[in-house]
Amino acid sequence: MKHHGVNHPNLLRNYVLIFLIGLFLVLPFFLNPYFLHIMIMTFLFAYLSRSWDLIGGYAGQFFLGPVAMFGIGGYTSTLLYVHFNLYPWIGMVIGGILGMAIGISLCYLSFRFGLTGIYFGLATLTFPEILRIVVLSLEIFGGVNGVLIPLRKSSLLHFQFDGKIPYYYISFFMMLLSIYIMYRIEKSKSGYYYIAIREDEEAAESLGIDTFKYKLIATGIGCFLLSIGGTFHAQYLMFVSPDSSFGIAVTLEIIIRSIVGGVGTLLGPVIGSFILTPLSDISRGILGGYRGVHLMLFGVIIILIILFLPQGVGKWFEKLYDNLRTLFEEKISFLVKKDEFIKYK
Amino acid sequence: MSLLNISNLRKKFGGLTAVDNVDLTITEGGIVGLIGPNGAGKTTIFNLISGYLHPDAGEIFFRDENIVGLKSNQICKKGIGRTFQIVKPFSGLTVLKNVMIGAFNRTDQLDLSEERSLQVLEFLGLLEKKDYPIGSLTIAERKRLELARSLATQPHLLLLDEVAAGLNPKETEDLIAILRRINKEGITLFMIEHVMKTIASLANKIVVINYGVKISEGRPSEVLKDPNVVKAYLGEAYQIAEDK
Amino acid sequence: MISVTFILQLLINGLLRGSIYALAAIGLTLIFGVMNIVNFAHGTFVMLGLYISYWLYALLGIDPYISLVISVPTLFVIGGLIEKYTIHYSIDAPEINQFLITVGILLFIENMALFIFSPDFRAVRVEYQGAIISIGELIIGIIPLVASAISVALTVGLYLFLKKTDLGRALRAVAANKEGARLMGINLNYIYFIAFGIGSACAGAAGTIISPMYYIFPQVGHLFLLLSFVIVIMGGQGNFIGAFLGGLIIGVVESLCIIFVTGSIKDAIVFSCFILVLFFKPFGLFGKKER
Repeated sequence: MKHHGVNHPNLLRNYVLIFLIGLFLVLPFFLNPYFLHIMIMTFLFAYLSRSWDLIGGYAGQFFLGPVAMFGIGGYTSTLLYVHFNLYPWIGMVIGGILGMAIGISLCYLSFRFGLTGIYFGLATLTFPEILRIVVLSLEIFGGVNGVLIPLRKSSLLHFQFDGKIPYYYISFFMMLLSIYIMYRIEKSKSGYYYIAIREDEEAAESLGIDTFKYKLIATGIGCFLLSIGGTFHAQYLMFVSPDSSFGIAVTLEIIIRSIVGGVGTLLGPVIGSFILTPLSDISRGILGGYRGVHLMLFGVIIILIILFLPQGVGKWFEKLYDNLRTLFEEKISFLVKKDEFIKYK
Repeated sequence: MSLLNISNLRKKFGGLTAVDNVDLTITEGGIVGLIGPNGAGKTTIFNLISGYLHPDAGEIFFRDENIVGLKSNQICKKGIGRTFQIVKPFSGLTVLKNVMIGAFNRTDQLDLSEERSLQVLEFLGLLEKKDYPIGSLTIAERKRLELARSLATQPHLLLLDEVAAGLNPKETEDLIAILRRINKEGITLFMIEHVMKTIASLANKIVVINYGVKISEGRPSEVLKDPNVVKAYLGEAYQIAEDK
Repeated sequence: MISVTFILQLLINGLLRGSIYALAAIGLTLIFGVMNIVNFAHGTFVMLGLYISYWLYALLGIDPYISLVISVPTLFVIGGLIEKYTIHYSIDAPEINQFLITVGILLFIENMALFIFSPDFRAVRVEYQGAIISIGELIIGIIPLVASAISVALTVGLYLFLKKTDLGRALRAVAANKEGARLMGINLNYIYFIAFGIGSACAGAAGTIISPMYYIFPQVGHLFLLLSFVIVIMGGQGNFIGAFLGGLIIGVVESLCIIFVTGSIKDAIVFSCFILVLFFKPFGLFGKKER
């Protein structure tokens, strides 16, 4: 825990954090709308991936239905706004609670009936599909075309803005929040317990861990956050629709970022999003045309990662950071020694 | 005081009766051995006590409370710990963190858990390796880690499933010493063992199971001379030396 | 009004359609049983079967049921090669790794098709498209009938292959007990190649067979994938007969849904039944995991 000669083991970490946060805070003033959009999507999906990873990566549950909560959040806040003029922020919280409740119920039933592994995966995969078909078929949910959010003037209260910059800061903040929440969990008893559950549920139970309860807690937190992400997405795009809010593509985009960056690690999903989101936009530009062609590239990436680097690329960044820290600490201890030497003289 | 009281315990798997009307009592502070040929139902009894399986019939009283039907984690909270025949360490974590997960059974605080885990590691001679990954441990060390982790949950009764298996004589001797120290701390041990020498030198009582039925019970010297027991182990005739 | 004849009509349509679903599902259950892999790319092989039929018909005028001769071996080879060079390396890895590789394959193949063929819907319209035969008041389309007949024939053929030939028995042995089979001298690598190849070929065959009855577009595989999964789980992982019966049941359920609901709601119903089956009978409606 204590490093030789260095009194502040987190010094470098804090410097790096301040630098990065500062960088991202001033960045929007140098970016055109296109790049702002890419950053917003990067932040949003980093947030969504990071939230999913609590269930899928840390607790190790094969949860393939994050888009269900995403859609529930988006549709709830949008419908409440359009029909009852409820401020989207309030609708967002309601959507969050609803998504959390539904997520917990789905997982509760699944665990109760002993679904694990791929069977659990299939159940959670088909659930959002059912929701998608329901909102597609019923007019009260907007049907095939979804629901448009009426254009009001730019206002924080109404969660709509003229330019992209406010969305940038909101999504950036959301991403930081999701990282912070995971950080606190990681450093707590729950964090240790989740790793145990992920590694060996039977052993975990024999050590007094109520795996059922903890899995549900992870599900609850993750689903709550995912739903809120859905509301942001709805307010950013100004509409919700069956495909964009409940489509399987969203689940895929969320999970792949975690996998590429490193499942079950704090920053893995975030790194994954920072790599894949800009990449998908660039490749869309190069490969041209149809929506989704960048997924061809994603397919290859997934295969390569699973075969050759299953813990994700986050490991490289970890090594890079460790090297940086070693260098930094040598420098610090040298300075400290120099100081002492001077004082001694 | 009777710590564990099992009566009429029964468990069937399809047509096979793995545990057939077993009665068993363990008094506090003792070391009890559970022996029998392979497939006799010993691990099943452990699984029934620890809550991993539910019995078809019978009662299990732990400190005068019927624990049948409770989940594994609840039983651990009540004070029964267990180790597994094939060790199950959490391979993503260091030795210390593995033990901390056990320690969290009695506390929510990180520093308290760490403090108690370090004590347990020291007690078991694993302190130097506290930050090592699991992969770097020998089999004997892994067994001790499994023991440490369970010990950290602060059990009254410890179920040990072949904890000496796979160890060479020196390692076995060390383990026996450790187990005696654990017992001296007030923890009752209930051990499944195949290595007769180990169990005979540790236990004050041995229970013998064959085909799910208890066929003998008593002091090691008596039990190991019991003709029923010798018959059950046909081909493994064993006599302990008289100068025990 | 809803008469007995109408119900009978729907039943027959459902059985005919269901036998094609069954063929696709059998391919999936074979892979699931022998390799214990959840092949998420399965739907794309159906899609490829559909496109092969389309292009052979559009460019060369080959009848879809003739083009089976080309699509089946082609899909077998494609499937086998994919197994050999990607999936194979993860055969002992955790379930989720294998699953993700098949997802990667799905993404690649489906979007490659999107790239090459464009998202436009296509259709195969043969000259005998509307031909029917009538039995009393019942109307049975020639195409569904022929499609079903060929599906059943292929299914029976595959069944005999598994039961009677050495290779078939080897496949079943590996499905029953991988280690035991290996110790008996069966070459697991070869078996995996064959199993995945046959599974893919079944999917491709189903696609080709159903091509005159379905719209053809890159994402068409999704529905077949989910349907196949529903059928496989209902029938029991690795259960050949179960998959066949499951296919028929799903076909009939889908067909009868027309009475009550319109459009994609029938899919929602199928999926809901699926989740219920998962909850209450994860080993399938037909009992324990058997081959």
